Amino acid sequence: MSGVFLFLSAFLASAVEMVEALTIVLAAGIARGWRSSLTGVGAAVVVLAVVVAVLGPALTVIPIDALRLVVGALLLVFGLQWLRKAILRASGLKALHDEDAIFARELAEASSAEHTERAGIDAYGFTLAFKGVLLEGLEVAFIVLTFGSTQGNVPLAAAAAAVALVLVAGVGIAVRAPLARVPENTMKFAVGVMLTTFGIFWAAEGAGAHWPGDDASLPGVLAFVCLASFGLVRLLRVPRAKTVAA
Amino acid sequence: MRFARFWWDFVVGDDPLAALGVAAAIGATAALAAAGVAAWWLLPLAVLVVLYRSLRRATR
Repeated sequence: MSGVFLFLSAFLASAVEMVEALTIVLAAGIARGWRSSLTGVGAAVVVLAVVVAVLGPALTVIPIDALRLVVGALLLVFGLQWLRKAILRASGLKALHDEDAIFARELAEASSAEHTERAGIDAYGFTLAFKGVLLEGLEVAFIVLTFGSTQGNVPLAAAAAAVALVLVAGVGIAVRAPLARVPENTMKFAVGVMLTTFGIFWAAEGAGAHWPGDDASLPGVLAFVCLASFGLVRLLRVPRAKTVAA
Repeated sequence: MRFARFWWDFVVGDDPLAALGVAAAIGATAALAAAGVAAWWLLPLAVLVVLYRSLRRATR
C-alpha cells in the first residue's frame, strides 16, 4: 500500500512541477530562441543530477528513526505550505494557478528583455530556462529523495518522477503550448494532502510514537487529512471571492 | 546568506509560525512517547490546529 502512495505522491508532485517548468521553458524558447533555452535546461539538469547524486547516498547512511524524524518534519512543513495554498485556492480566497496567464506574462517579459549574447547563447533565455527548471526540479528532487529514502525505495520514487517527466515532456513537445488543461490545482491539492500525510506519519514515528497497526494506519491518516482539508475549504469558502496575495 | 535564505523560503515558506507549531508538536509527541504514553494522535490534531490558524492568518 505504501508503495502505491509513494509512487502516486512522487508522480503527482513531479508532474505538477514539470508542467510549471515546461511553461517557463516554452516562453524562453519562443521569445529568446530554442538553443539558449535548451542549453539552460541541460545545465539545470546537470546541477540537479549532481544534487541527487550527492544527497541520495548521504541520506541512506542516516539511521532510519533519525531520518524519519527529520524528513517527516521537513515534509510536514513543506506539505503544509502546499496544502495551505491549495485550500485557499479551492475556497476562492486565492487566484487559481493559470498556466496560460503565466505563459503570457513570461513571454511578454522575455520578449521585452535586452538581448545579450555570449558564445551564441542568449543570456536571458538561458538564465530563464535554467532557473525555471532548477527551482521546479529542486522540489521534485526534494520529494523524490525524502520519500524514497524514508520508504527505503528511492528507485521507485525516481521511476515515478521519470514517468512524469516523459509524460509532460512528450505532451509538451506534441502540443507546443502550456499544459493549461492539466487539472493543476486539483493535483496540487492532492500533493499537499500526500506530503502532509507522510509528514505526520514519519515525524510521529521518528519522535518515538507507535501507530496502531503500524503501516496499516497510513490510509487512516490520509483520510483524516482529506476530511480536515475539505472541512477547512467548506469553512473558508466565500460567496464572493476576495483574493489574497500569492 | 542568500543560500540560507533560499532554503528557508523553500522549506518554511511565508508562515514561520506554522513551522514553529509543527516543531513544538513533534517535540510534545517525543516527550509523550518517552514517558510511555500513546502519542500517535497528537500530531494529526496539532496539524489541524496549525493549518487552521495559518489559513486564518492568510485571510485576515
